[in-house]
Amino acid sequence: MKVAVCVKQALEVSRYLEFTADGTRVDPAFVTTMVNEADLSAVEEALALVESAGDGEVVLFSAGEDGADEALRVALALGPQRAVRVWADGLALDDARTVGAALAQAIAAEAPDLVLCGVQSADTGQQSTGPVIAAAWGVPWVPVAHGLSLSGSTLTLHRDFEAGVTETVEVHLPAVVTIQVGANVPRYGTFKDKMRAKKADIPVVEPVGLPAPRMVVTRLTAAPGGSGRSLEMIKGGPADVAARIIALVREAN
Amino acid sequence: MSRCLVLAEVIDGALAAVTAEAVGAAVALGDEVVLAVAAADPDALVAAASFTGVTEIVTVAVGGSDRDHDLAKQIAAAVIADVAPDVVVAPFTIRSTSFGPALAHSLDLALVADAVALQRDEDGALTAIRSIYAGRVHAEVTFPTDRPVLALVRPSVWVPADVGSPVASRSLAVDVEPSKVRALDLVRPSGDVDLTRADVIFSIGRGVGSQENIAAFADVAERLGVALAASRPVVDAGWLPAVHQVGQTGVTVKPRLYVAFGISGALHHLAGMQNSKTILAVNTDGDAPIFGYADLGAVADVHEVVEQLQSLI
Ligand SMILES: Cc1cc2nc3c(=O)[nH]c(=O)nc-3n(C[C@H](O)[C@H](O)[C@H](O)COP(=O)(O)OP(=O)(O)OC[C@H]3O[C@@H](n4cnc5c(N)ncnc54)[C@H](O)[C@@H]3O)c2cc1C
Ligand SMILES: Nc1ncnc2c1ncn2[C@@H]1O[C@H](COP(=O)(O)O)[C@@H](O)[C@H]1O
Repeated sequence: MKVAVCVKQALEVSRYLEFTADGTRVDPAFVTTMVNEADLSAVEEALALVESAGDGEVVLFSAGEDGADEALRVALALGPQRAVRVWADGLALDDARTVGAALAQAIAAEAPDLVLCGVQSADTGQQSTGPVIAAAWGVPWVPVAHGLSLSGSTLTLHRDFEAGVTETVEVHLPAVVTIQVGANVPRYGTFKDKMRAKKADIPVVEPVGLPAPRMVVTRLTAAPGGSGRSLEMIKGGPADVAARIIALVREAN
Repeated sequence: MSRCLVLAEVIDGALAAVTAEAVGAAVALGDEVVLAVAAADPDALVAAASFTGVTEIVTVAVGGSDRDHDLAKQIAAAVIADVAPDVVVAPFTIRSTSFGPALAHSLDLALVADAVALQRDEDGALTAIRSIYAGRVHAEVTFPTDRPVLALVRPSVWVPADVGSPVASRSLAVDVEPSKVRALDLVRPSGDVDLTRADVIFSIGRGVGSQENIAAFADVAERLGVALAASRPVVDAGWLPAVHQVGQTGVTVKPRLYVAFGISGALHHLAGMQNSKTILAVNTDGDAPIFGYADLGAVADVHEVVEQLQSLI
């Protein structure tokens, strides 16, 4: 079986930050990058499915500029066979519809049995890309899922809802599934996989004929304080913190 | 005047509270507001859906489950074809994100997910704000094409609309194809812990490090008579049963005091505890987002703090 997994290079920004001159990006000096957490769980789920199927391959996809190769190499080091980067000049990465359509094009060309995405990006989470890929590729999908098992071409899995409700559903392949954060513990790749990932040739596939972006980011600003609460930092060491907690508990109980 | 369609969220046959917020967002835009209610017995929900500012309610009787996103997408597409809105508003919830983005693709709607503000600019064009990078940055977004916009709005941001005098309703018959996703079992949370009644909650996150480390927190919680809760990773790891989980896919709590030990403050966790009266956060990372939502904070190691708690009581 062939499983495609979408991985994204997610950004983490520091509390004090500045923006680029055009105001639409955080200045790279205030940014660190990492592979989106849920996507590594998607890779793990894919590797486990292919292992229990007995044969097949896991192919990674990331839409983005050169930097996306970094995410692909980190994910390749877990063991997937190949990686493909999807990019065209000016590809609108802010619009989940454009990203989903671009990924769907590249994925459709590979005709996988199953596509796994993360449930959402940790940085700009829209929880949208997976369902868009499914609609663009024309297959069913199951969001916020974990515990996948395959029997023939029927996939059985659990999906989460608000307030602790979990439903078991089944769907026929081909399908798209978005993997919940914490669905599994991603493996560490072997040394051999790590070396292979470092040197892997990552072809770039150029999507064509995408519509103009329907949503664009025009300006970023530092967000006003989180919640309207004003924060008091407790002075002193752990003993002072503990004493304060106990005083508050006695007041509230 | 432009027309806004709100897609009501129905959970187990009842109107979910987030629907009133989505209506609030639509009414604040100053548009004509049509509310679509799809349920097994939608007429029974019309009274509860008669929000002030809604001009018409369109009801759709559906055979299947309100968790089925394949059906939800087909119904929403039919209602949109019937109402021809300029803007569609639905809550940013698991149900709506399950079908909304796919619907946006199929109907070629502009999509903004997890919006925290919706406005009209001086020319009357819709703009939105998304809160990104752990809430540190606001992104202003615009919709440069003339396609209708589907806006999924974050819960607990808009003031809910009030129920007013009865709103006229009409029913729309929608033929749906059978869902491509088959539901087998449903598991609802159960257990002997009821966090919703606790006055004080000690909640532990991934910062606790390991299952063995939980004993000290459980001990302190028991001796102080406070409830023990956790973030999702602690439950995923099997360190505590699921009834202890606070957040979007766990329990929503509102204690007088919520102490977060080693919890970063992800949106999904905040969704379950941000209405607590007093929030105290202990985290080694002074930059952790949770401090933006706390009344009291300490940059400290949770293990050292729990040791001190043990020796003080
Ligand atoms: C659809 C969906 C639903 C979700 N539902 C929920 C939900 O219901 N509830 C929920 O909690 N999450 C939920 N999540 C997951 C959520 O996005 C976060 O991944 C999760 O809340 C993070 O948990 P955490 O803060 O414990 O872990 P992390 O984000 O890993 O944070 C751990 C924190 O501990 C600190 N730390 C580390 N060591 C120490 C130490 N020794 N002393 C003090 N501090 C330390 C670190 O600085 C860090 O801030 C959901 C996600 C999705 C996509
Ligand atoms: N640029 C991208 N390249 C590859 N996959 C992506 C990209 N953006 C989003 N995804 C996938 O879609 C999931 C959900 O992302 P989002 O809709 O942005 O929350 C992520 O976890 C990834 O699996």
